[in-house]
Amino acid sequence: MEKIKCECGHFNPYGTHLCESCGKPLDDKDKNASMVDMRYEGVARRSQTYNKTIIDKIWNFFSSVKVGIGIIVLTLIASSVGTIFPQEMYIPSNVNPAEHYENEYGIAGQIYYTLGFHNLYGSWWYMALIAGLGISLIIASLDRVVPLYRALKMQKVSRNEGFLKRQRMFGIHEPDAPEQTVEDTKWFLSKKRYKVREENGSLLAEKNRFARWGPYINHVGLIIFLTGCVLRFFPGMYVDELVWVREGETEAIPGTDREYYIENEEFFVELYDENDETFAPALQRAGGPQVQTYQTNAVLYQSEGTGTVGTEPELTEVKSDEIQVNHPLRFDNFALYQMDYKLNELNVMSLSMNDRASGEKIGTIDIDLFDPQGEYDLGNGYRVVIDSYFPNFEFNEDGEPSTVSDIPDNPAFIFQMFSPEHPEEGEYSFVGIQRNEDVFGENDYEMSFEGVETKDVTALTVRKDLTLPFLIAGGSIFMIGLIQGSYWSHRRIWLRRFGGEIWTAGHTNKHWASLKKDFVALSRETGLEVPEDKQAKKAMKEKEPNGRDDSNG
Amino acid sequence: MVEISSNLLLVAFFLYLIATICFAISVTGRKWRDKQGDVTGNRLGMVGYMVTAIGFIFNVGYFITRWLAAGHVPVSNMFEYTTFLGMALTFAFLILYGIYKTNVLGMFTLPIVMLIIAFASVFPTEVEPLIPALQSNWLKIHVTTTALGQGILSIGFAAGLIYLVRTLDFNKRDKKVFWLEFIMYCLVSLVSFILIRYVFGLFQYQAVFQYVNEAGEEAEMVYHMPAVLAPHQGTPVSSGVMEPLLSMPVWLRSDDANTVLWSLGTGVLVYAVLRLLLRKPLGGAVQPLLKNINPDTVDEVSYRAIAIGFPVFTLGGLIFAMIWAQIAWTRFWGWDPKEVWALITFLFYAAYLHLRLSRGWHGEPSAWLCVIGFVIIMFNLIFVNLVIAGLHSYA
Ligand code: HEM
Repeated sequence: MEKIKCECGHFNPYGTHLCESCGKPLDDKDKNASMVDMRYEGVARRSQTYNKTIIDKIWNFFSSVKVGIGIIVLTLIASSVGTIFPQEMYIPSNVNPAEHYENEYGIAGQIYYTLGFHNLYGSWWYMALIAGLGISLIIASLDRVVPLYRALKMQKVSRNEGFLKRQRMFGIHEPDAPEQTVEDTKWFLSKKRYKVREENGSLLAEKNRFARWGPYINHVGLIIFLTGCVLRFFPGMYVDELVWVREGETEAIPGTDREYYIENEEFFVELYDENDETFAPALQRAGGPQVQTYQTNAVLYQSEGTGTVGTEPELTEVKSDEIQVNHPLRFDNFALYQMDYKLNELNVMSLSMNDRASGEKIGTIDIDLFDPQGEYDLGNGYRVVIDSYFPNFEFNEDGEPSTVSDIPDNPAFIFQMFSPEHPEEGEYSFVGIQRNEDVFGENDYEMSFEGVETKDVTALTVRKDLTLPFLIAGGSIFMIGLIQGSYWSHRRIWLRRFGGEIWTAGHTNKHWASLKKDFVALSRETGLEVPEDKQAKKAMKEKEPNGRDDSNG
Repeated sequence: MVEISSNLLLVAFFLYLIATICFAISVTGRKWRDKQGDVTGNRLGMVGYMVTAIGFIFNVGYFITRWLAAGHVPVSNMFEYTTFLGMALTFAFLILYGIYKTNVLGMFTLPIVMLIIAFASVFPTEVEPLIPALQSNWLKIHVTTTALGQGILSIGFAAGLIYLVRTLDFNKRDKKVFWLEFIMYCLVSLVSFILIRYVFGLFQYQAVFQYVNEAGEEAEMVYHMPAVLAPHQGTPVSSGVMEPLLSMPVWLRSDDANTVLWSLGTGVLVYAVLRLLLRKPLGGAVQPLLKNINPDTVDEVSYRAIAIGFPVFTLGGLIFAMIWAQIAWTRFWGWDPKEVWALITFLFYAAYLHLRLSRGWHGEPSAWLCVIGFVIIMFNLIFVNLVIAGLHSYA
């Protein structure tokens, strides 16, 4: 499209409403209005100018703030729906979600589950909303920021009469000494930290133009943030594992390819002192002990070379740390968090072999519940062989002894006891916690429980998140832009001389009271009257005027 | 130390009351012009401002002494957080009054502050120890910044309310008047709630019930107000207490429901009495006092409050929250209800800013949005904390 030439000589892009240079209204709508639309300085925006091709239509759709607000509001409503019942990740992991929602929340819960709201924030349509938000942000910003930048750069000091007259704040004065008044104004506004430019008797005083870029900078920040969130889905960017480590043991850290190992030197839980003067009343009301600290004293090791599975890796200590909630151990982009624990897990069980008739103790064996030996030799022809081991014993559906898991929460054994009397076959004995049975009737010997050793176990979350730098950058840029756009406003004051007359006009993108305050101060200093605020006048005309001053408002 | 702290809070409360009176007189006391016709009310506004500032100093005194007593920053339970929100609101008022010198803002904001502090005192006030997840410097940073942001945003609500009371036409009985009166009714109910809690507390009222809880076990529940709603299969244990009228299903906390019923019921009563005495909608009764207020100024105050508060809230409620969540809970975001509601607050005010900037929602629509924003903040404070259980739950 061809450019439009203004009478001031400036060539404007097609679609411009106010000349970029002198501000002259170029189309009839603005020419006939009492106030020009100063939003985006009347620049030509792509979305307002073209609407032919499909690309134009998509562009225009996403650059509309109406659409943007629509997306924000939809996201808002969708998000709130997700809090009606707990999301799937917050329900117990050992239940069937379909049944859980129905049992807990009845028919409403069933509907919730059927509609997929139990996983709302991961649903395709929620992601689509967020994606729409991102696209809208990019297009709407581009549509405005480029032309706005041009217009603010091109603006001339001496502005067209039609432009000045149609500003929201505009006034005409006839001071006694116009030249002096202009000089005073220049001096005073400079003192108020306006940037004042002069051009054959006209002034343009401008302040805080940078605030205009605030929204665009914050939108860029948001886009970077959203990009960071998308990166999460790429492999290698994100690790989320859990590792259980018993006291005294060292485990390879999952997700590190066996490069790092963690040792649990000690785990403990510390409770608040119930007799503590300050907290006693609250602790009494709570009616139970309160935890003060969960802590793992951990040592981090790095293995020399990548040890293959099975061979003992050679470990060098990297560092030791006290891991607590709120105090993870960090290394290399990884962090280990105190997540869970188990106190007093059975570790070593001691049993003795006794002669039932005499009660004589033949010998004692210590069984490592995580690594039991097949056979324990007690000398003099006495041996104990572990026939079967059930770390977490139960009778299965067929009534056979079996185990629920590998964790020795309820260990049970079938022993084969060899003695000089029974050197060939041995005698069978079944021993578990609070049970001790002969398997095949009368035995001469028995195994009896002597004691256990327990250990505390800590569970550490292993986390690596390489998207964090993006989120930090995005968040910071967002905040900078937000503050820039919110805590400053772009104010401009124009002065133009026509013979003995001085025309003043003012514009700000927000907070008109602050601009008015500047005009009032200017008036006190130079005698220039405060220009009239057309909008306020209009507002007062609409609401019944009461003729009194509003200094008290 | 805890006692000194409580007393300081009490002093602050009464200073806010005095300041409210000063502001109210300065707004309404137009008759008090001196011989030159100058308004003396303005000076009273300045007095109100000074009294508020002194009250704020006492309020900070409460905060510091409680901090010293507890050994951790006192924002970790309902009482402490809500009180801090009241303090943040005062602080925000001090800033905005500094910019706009609007006395009417004091007349509306300080009663809200007092209500919030009184509401806070309904919750247990003992100093509680911190669970491990809360033992972090980020507790201070995140919670105080969030509360400050919410306080500043709430000023937007106060100004929006003023705008509506000033400009609505109360002679019409339309939807707008209905909703404004509904807000008035809610405020009245909140006052009723605080008062009846206080009164029954004074008489140390107790009614103990035996009931069957969710796990199907026998349990006891203690009511501090006469029970209208009985717990699931409940029978009174204490003698001489009121017979409940209705039995509640097992999933509902019947003592809380009972309290809500009492508050709303008393609210209806008080509201009806006020309507009968005033013979107008409550908003309509206040309106004449505000006739000299310039609605445009109030509108700009509300926008300014939100423009100032939005970044503070975002920083505290989202950014600091994410940093802390990353440290304490291993992930910066987990779609916990409280997190989601902070996001909703953020999105709501973002929508407000765009509507205002690009779609010209000034004045009345903007004022209604400020009201809704405040409802969201209160929802997050009360409902999400006490009803929807989550990681942040105080109950
Ligand atoms: C949650 C997401 C968003 C946030 C937090 C956000 C934030 C902001 C803020 C703080 C402003 C400045 C407002 C003011 O100064 O009063 C702004 C302006 C603006 N935003 Fe957004 N925005 C978001 C999404 C969007 C979307 C989806 C669009 C797409 C249409 C959009 C388009 C605009 C436009 C056109 C402006 C005005 C810029 C100007 O006039 O200088 N925003 N945004």
